[in-house]
Amino acid sequence: MQTNVLEYLEQTAPQVPEKLAFSNGTEGMTFREVYDQARAIGSTLLSLGAEREAVVVFMEKHPRTVTAFFGAVYAGCFYVPIDAEMPRFRVELILQQLKPRFVLCDDKTRPLAEELKGEARLLSYEEAASGPIDPAALAAVRDSALDTDPIYIVFTSGSTGVPKGVAACHRSVIDYIEQLSRVLGFSRETVFGNQTPLYFDACLKELYPTLKFGATTYLIPKSLFMFPVKLVEYLNEHRINTICWVVSALTMISGFKVLEKHVPQYLHTVAFGSEMFPIRQLKLWRAALPSARFVNLYGPTEATGMSCWFEVDRDFSDDEILPVGRPFRNTGVLLLDEQGRPAAPGQVGEICLRGTCLTLGYYGDFARTHEAFVQNPLNDKYPELIYRTGDLGRYNERGELVFLSRKDNQIKHVGHRIELGEVEVVACMDEAVRAACCLYDGEKKRLLLCYEGEAEPAELAKSLRAKLPPYMAPNGIHRLEALPRTPNGKMDRRALLERARNGTL
Amino acid sequence: MEQLLSVLKELHPEVDFDTADGLVTSGVLTSLDIIALIAEINAAFDVEVPAEEIIPENFDSAKTIWAMVERLMDED
Repeated sequence: MQTNVLEYLEQTAPQVPEKLAFSNGTEGMTFREVYDQARAIGSTLLSLGAEREAVVVFMEKHPRTVTAFFGAVYAGCFYVPIDAEMPRFRVELILQQLKPRFVLCDDKTRPLAEELKGEARLLSYEEAASGPIDPAALAAVRDSALDTDPIYIVFTSGSTGVPKGVAACHRSVIDYIEQLSRVLGFSRETVFGNQTPLYFDACLKELYPTLKFGATTYLIPKSLFMFPVKLVEYLNEHRINTICWVVSALTMISGFKVLEKHVPQYLHTVAFGSEMFPIRQLKLWRAALPSARFVNLYGPTEATGMSCWFEVDRDFSDDEILPVGRPFRNTGVLLLDEQGRPAAPGQVGEICLRGTCLTLGYYGDFARTHEAFVQNPLNDKYPELIYRTGDLGRYNERGELVFLSRKDNQIKHVGHRIELGEVEVVACMDEAVRAACCLYDGEKKRLLLCYEGEAEPAELAKSLRAKLPPYMAPNGIHRLEALPRTPNGKMDRRALLERARNGTL
Repeated sequence: MEQLLSVLKELHPEVDFDTADGLVTSGVLTSLDIIALIAEINAAFDVEVPAEEIIPENFDSAKTIWAMVERLMDED
């Protein structure tokens, strides 16, 4: 039984040593290079006394960064990715929380890393990767390693303003990679086009299957996501056939009508998640790539990447919500009502997850870990944790799980329960609305709708009144040039509410 | 041109667009800026920026953006 994620690399590297493993389109690394340099980094860290601790990888997005992750794991440590583009304030918050002893950097990040490193030993990638490999030391670490040891910490935004570090172990990642690979059908022929930053768990989808299968991942330069035609050309140039992107990256291409003339011709697997895919945009994609598979993924960072999947197997109308389907094998979903009982059929409940997918929790924060990772209320016989996602869902008449909204997006307005997500879905049915975000200003008791698109506010208000019960019609409608988004591309509701309260919409 | 400059100014008050170039290469404009900018241009100049025009060369300075807008207005 596999107990360490590095076994993927160790099985694959001797089979396809000269194959390109990771590339950004101009610079790449073969499996041999990844293997050798990761082992050298592991050896360097061990020679400096690293032991089962956080190793911060503060580097630009590059194949070397990925290799540095594996280097930390070779040392029996866990990597903490921090991106060169992360705002300084956030980097400071994270380093203060971790107080790491080792930070790996590159030329670009070195000045800031020097300044913020505190007591840490700062190592450049070259320095760490060019040292000698110590096979005996690496073997000793592996002998005592457990599959419940952490391999990474990724930081998600915390409601209190301090980022929360989610730590995940080998076993959870292996479980995820095995199940995800089965569903999406990865193989040695897979050529990934990675969009998500390396500092979120989202990139697990590409990094580890690349090792497992001897596939290839292109880390697509971020700037290309501004220029949709160039992006499609990049996909074609590198024969990228598999992408797992946030929805907004896909709708940027379809929204500018790029697919009418420029089709990513090698693409056969399109996975997406983290946001609702407007059905109108999905239709454009399906029409452009009629034989490709489209898979909606859903899952919280706290349950290691994605937990549920739905393959688009039928046509949807513009007012329907794409289901998130069913859990991956070896992951369990519970839909619980407010009393912790299973939600009745068709009723809304909180999506809770159980299984090997559960991460270790919030690093260094037992209190918040215990709030979210709790004993399964349906089991009073032995310890069994579930993770409460705070997401609300229900099963549709086909038995597919449908994500509705965040628990904290449910509001009560003039005596009625309202899911803000529902107002958004209805707004997005207007073809001149690209994206919408509904807010509730509890102080002023106003339901506000902000949106991107060409629709005239007055017209939109009229059509919403025609589609929604009166109590759900927004009291204010604001057209924005761009809705604020979080670093991973989700709508930033908090920022928007702030602006609404300050009167700066 | 004045109208375009004021749109840009609203996106990035901290930049002097009269002189700044390398807006794309130096990372001044983000992908959200481009989406917002195109929506503004479409509305303000009654044009539709086609996908083929959304390329780095056209968005590198206020001057190149304006050249593109003028070209699109002429085509109408």
